Amino acid sequence: MMTFGKMLRGTAFGLAAGMMFATAAQAQETIKVGILHSLSGTMAISETTLKDAMLMLIEQQNAKGGLLGKKLEPVVVDPASDWPLFAEKARELISGSGAAAVFGCWTSVSRKSVLPVFEELNNILFYPVQYEGEESQRNVFYTGAAPNQQAIPAVDYLAATEGVERWVLAGTDYVYPRTTNKILETYLLDKGVAPEDIMINYTPFGHSDWQTIVAEIKAFGSAGKKTAVVSTINGDANVPFYKELANQGIKAEDIPVVAFSVGEEELAGIDTGPLVGHLAAWNYFMSAPTPENDAFIADWHKFTGSETRVTNDPMEAHYIGFNMWVKAVEAAGTTDPDAVIDAIIGVSVPNLTGGYSAMMPNHHITKPVLIGEIQADGQFETVFETPGLVVGDAWSDYLPDSKDLISDWRKPMSCGNFNVATGKCGGKGT
Amino acid sequence: MAFGIGDLPRMISGPVGLASRLRSVTLALTFTVLLVMQAGSVQAQSNSIQELAAGLAGADFNETSRIVDQIAATGDSGAVPLLEALVAGDLYYRKSDNAIFIAERGGAGYLLTDPFSGAAAGEAGRRDVTKVRVNNSLRRDIRSALGGLTLMSTDADVRLDAASAILKSRDPEAIEALDQAIAAESDDGVKLVMERARAAAILNSDSDESTKIVAVETIAQKADQEARSILLAVAEEADGALRAAIDKAVASVEASLALWSTAQNIWYGLSLGSVLLLAAIGLAITFGVMGVINMAHGEMVMIGAYVTFLVQEVIRTQAPYLFDASLLIALPLAFVTAGLVGIAIEQGVIRFLYGRPLETLLATWGLSLILQQTVRTIFGPTNQEVGAPSWMSGAFELGGLTLTYGRVWIIVFALVTFACLVVVLRRTSLGLQMRAVTQNRRMAGSMGIRTTWTDALTFGLGSGIAGIAGVALSQIDNVSPNLGQSYIIDSFMVVVFGGVGNLWGTLVGALSLGVLNKFLEPYAGAVLGKILVLVFIILFIQKRPRGLFALKGRAVDQ
Repeated sequence: MMTFGKMLRGTAFGLAAGMMFATAAQAQETIKVGILHSLSGTMAISETTLKDAMLMLIEQQNAKGGLLGKKLEPVVVDPASDWPLFAEKARELISGSGAAAVFGCWTSVSRKSVLPVFEELNNILFYPVQYEGEESQRNVFYTGAAPNQQAIPAVDYLAATEGVERWVLAGTDYVYPRTTNKILETYLLDKGVAPEDIMINYTPFGHSDWQTIVAEIKAFGSAGKKTAVVSTINGDANVPFYKELANQGIKAEDIPVVAFSVGEEELAGIDTGPLVGHLAAWNYFMSAPTPENDAFIADWHKFTGSETRVTNDPMEAHYIGFNMWVKAVEAAGTTDPDAVIDAIIGVSVPNLTGGYSAMMPNHHITKPVLIGEIQADGQFETVFETPGLVVGDAWSDYLPDSKDLISDWRKPMSCGNFNVATGKCGGKGT
Repeated sequence: MAFGIGDLPRMISGPVGLASRLRSVTLALTFTVLLVMQAGSVQAQSNSIQELAAGLAGADFNETSRIVDQIAATGDSGAVPLLEALVAGDLYYRKSDNAIFIAERGGAGYLLTDPFSGAAAGEAGRRDVTKVRVNNSLRRDIRSALGGLTLMSTDADVRLDAASAILKSRDPEAIEALDQAIAAESDDGVKLVMERARAAAILNSDSDESTKIVAVETIAQKADQEARSILLAVAEEADGALRAAIDKAVASVEASLALWSTAQNIWYGLSLGSVLLLAAIGLAITFGVMGVINMAHGEMVMIGAYVTFLVQEVIRTQAPYLFDASLLIALPLAFVTAGLVGIAIEQGVIRFLYGRPLETLLATWGLSLILQQTVRTIFGPTNQEVGAPSWMSGAFELGGLTLTYGRVWIIVFALVTFACLVVVLRRTSLGLQMRAVTQNRRMAGSMGIRTTWTDALTFGLGSGIAGIAGVALSQIDNVSPNLGQSYIIDSFMVVVFGGVGNLWGTLVGALSLGVLNKFLEPYAGAVLGKILVLVFIILFIQKRPRGLFALKGRAVDQ
C-alpha cells in the first residue's frame, strides 16, 4: 500500500514539474525524465507501481551522482487510463517539460496512441509491458516480452513436460490476446495439433461471471486428452476467473492454466491456496534467487516503506530499460534522442535474474524466459528456465502478414519493417 | 535477399541454443546410465526411508519422482507424513548438511521439524534452507502414491481421498491394493469410488477384453465429465467388442450430460441474476422509488466491499477464530457505513438538485470519481484480499450439477435482502412515509411527514443496501477501487428493464436477464451474448417504455 508520504511526494513532483516549466532558467541544471503511467482510472491498479519503481530508480541514480554531472528530475503526469489523454500528456512531457526520455504506457492501445507524438517530436519511449509484437518503431524501446519471449516457450513447456494435447486459448477481447492467440493457434496447428483440439474463447474487459466458461473448459477437458488453458485474460477479470476455477475444483494437476498477464501484483488479491500449481510465464519472478534481485527487493521495500509490497516483471523491464538509457546517455555524452537511439543498440546491462540483457537492433531486448508455478504464499516458483537468452522478435514468424518482415534500426538499413521477400522497407509482408 | 542484417539476432541465439541442447543431451544420457545403476543397487540393498529421503536434497524433478516411488514402495509408516509434507511444499533441506526437514515460517525464518520423529529441530534462517521443489506432474505422482498407501486408513475421508486420487491417476499397479481395500470396506460411498477407481485402473492396464468391458460399464454409471474423460482416453486404442461397449457408454454419458447442462445453465443464470439483483436492489430504491439518477451507486457497493476487507483485516490480526463470522460482522457495518455516506451525499449534493436529472447525473458521476480516488489514495490501487469463510468455499454435487457454496449463499442472501426490503417498504411506518413522499410530495408534506428527512433516509436505505451487496460481491469479484464501475450499467439495465419504481420488477428483471445471458453465452460467446442482451432490452423498452412491471397511477404522470 502506498504511504501518504509517497503520495505527497508524487504530488510534489508534479507541482515541481509545473514550476520548472515556468522558470526556464532552472531547467538547464537537471535532466528531465518523463513518467507516463495512469495513476487513476482502471489501469491505475497496475501502472501506479511502475511510477513508484521509476521514482525509486531515479532517486538511486541521483544518489550515485546523477547523469552527465546533472541531477535527474522525474516529471510525473497522470493520463488517467484515458487513451487519447496519453497522447496529450506525452506531448506535454516532451514539449512542455522538456523530458529527455519517457518511461510509460501499459496497454497496447495507449502505446499506439502516443506513437505519432514520439515520432513527430523525436523523443524516446521505454515500454515495459509484454505485448503482442508486430511493431518496431524508431522512437520506442520495447523492454517487455514479445510473444516469442513468453507465449511460445510456455506452450512448448506444457506440451513437453505435461504432455498437453488439447488447448484452450482464453483471453480478454482486445488486440493483445487476439494477436497472441492467432500466433499460438498457427504455431499449434504447425505442430500437428488438430483444429478440434483448440478452443478459443474471448470475454469482455472486467468479465466477472465465469461460471459458464469455466464449465465449458471443464467439459472441453473431459475428452480423454490432457488439456491446458493458455490465458491472456487481462487485469481485473483474473481474480473472479481464478476464484471460479478454485470453486469448481479445477486443480492445476487436472487442467493447468498458464497465464501471461498474471504476476505477483495480480495474485495479491487472491487466496492462492487452491491455485497452487497453475502457471505463469514471465521473464522475471520476485522469487528469483539472485543477489541483484535481493538488493532490488530490499530497496523497493525501503522506498515504499512497506515490507509487503511485491515486485513484478514490468518493474524489472523498467529497471533494465532505465539502466540501458543511462548507459547509452553516458556513451553518447548527451541526452539528444538521435544520439541515444544510435548509442543504445548493443548496450548490455544486468537483469535481475542473474544474467545480462542487451538491446537489439530491432529495439527489443534479450531475456530469459521463466515458467513459474503459483505457490500458496502468492509467489511463483520457477519450474523451467530457457537455457539461454531469447531475443525479442518484433515480427512473428507465425503470422502470414509478418513472417517476411524484420526490423533493424542501425544505419544503413534503419527500417522497422523490412520485407526480406521483396527487399524493400515498409508495408506488410506477403 | 536471404539474410538481412536483421537476421543477426536469430543467428546470435543459434549457437547458444545448440550448445545447451548438446549439454542437455549429454545430461540425459548420464542420467539414464545413473538411473539404471541406481535401480540395480536399490534392489540389492533396499534403502531405508531415511536414506531415500536424504536423496531429495537438491534433486531435480525426475530424481524426486523416482525417490517418491521408492519411498512409497518401502511401505514404511513414515512415508505418508513425509509425502504429505512434500506435496504441500513444506519439505525443505538444510544447505549446510543436506538434512531434510518439515519447515514452516516463524522464528528467524523457518521452524524446523524432523519429518520422521515429529520432534522440533530448531530454527533456520530464510536463506539457510531450500525447498524440495515439486511441480504439477510430481504432485500427481505423489497423490497417487499416497492414495495407494492410505487406502486402508481408519478414517473414511482419507480412504475416499485415496480412492479419488487413484481414480485420477488410473494407476494399474494400484489394482491389487484396491481389491484388498474393497473387500475390507464397510462404507458404501467409499466402496463405490473404490470400485470405479479399480475400473479406471483396469481400463488403463493390459487386462483381457471381458474384464475391461465390465469396467466400462462400471465407469458409465458415473455419468459425468470424469467418466467421459476416462472412457475417451482409452477409446482410440480399443477395437472390437470393447470399442463398441465404450462407444455405447460414451453416448449414454453424453446424453445424460446434455440433459444436466440445461439445468446447469438455469442455475448459472439464477446465480448471475442474484448478483444483478444484489447490485440493482439499492438502485431500485434511489432511482426506482426516488427518481435520482445516482451514478455513485456502484461506489456504495465498493464501500461495502472495503468494509468487509477492513473487518477481515481486524479479525486476522485480533481474533482469527472469528474469521468464519467475518461476513456476518461486516454486514451491519457495511450497511451503516454506506448508508451514512449515502445520507451525506443526499444532504450535501442531491437535495439541491431534485427535479434536475441532468445535473444530478453529472454531480453523482463526479462524486463517484471522487470516492474512487479517495479509496485509491487510502488503500492503494491494487486489489485487496478478501477471504472466503469455510462455509462459502468449495462445491457439492447435485445429480449432474456442480453447485458452489458461495453461489448458493449469494442467491439465498439476495432473496433474503429482497424480502427484508419489501417488508420495510410495506410494513413499517418509514416505508409508508417513503411511498407517500414519492407518490405525492406536497400531499405527504401537508400530512405532517418531514419530506426532507424521508428523502435522506430513503437515500440512506438504498445506499446501505448497496453496501451490504458489496459484502456479498467481495466474495466473487475484485475488491479494488473500480469494483463499483462494473456494476453500475448492469444495475440501471435491470431497474429500467424491470420497471422503474417497482421492486418486484427488479427481482424478475434481474433473474430473467441473468438466465437469458447464460443461455446465450454458450452459443454466442460472452462478448456477443452481452451485446444481444442489450439489443433485446433496447427493443423491449421500445415496445414497453415503462419496463416489465409498469407502475400505474398518478405518480407516473408527474
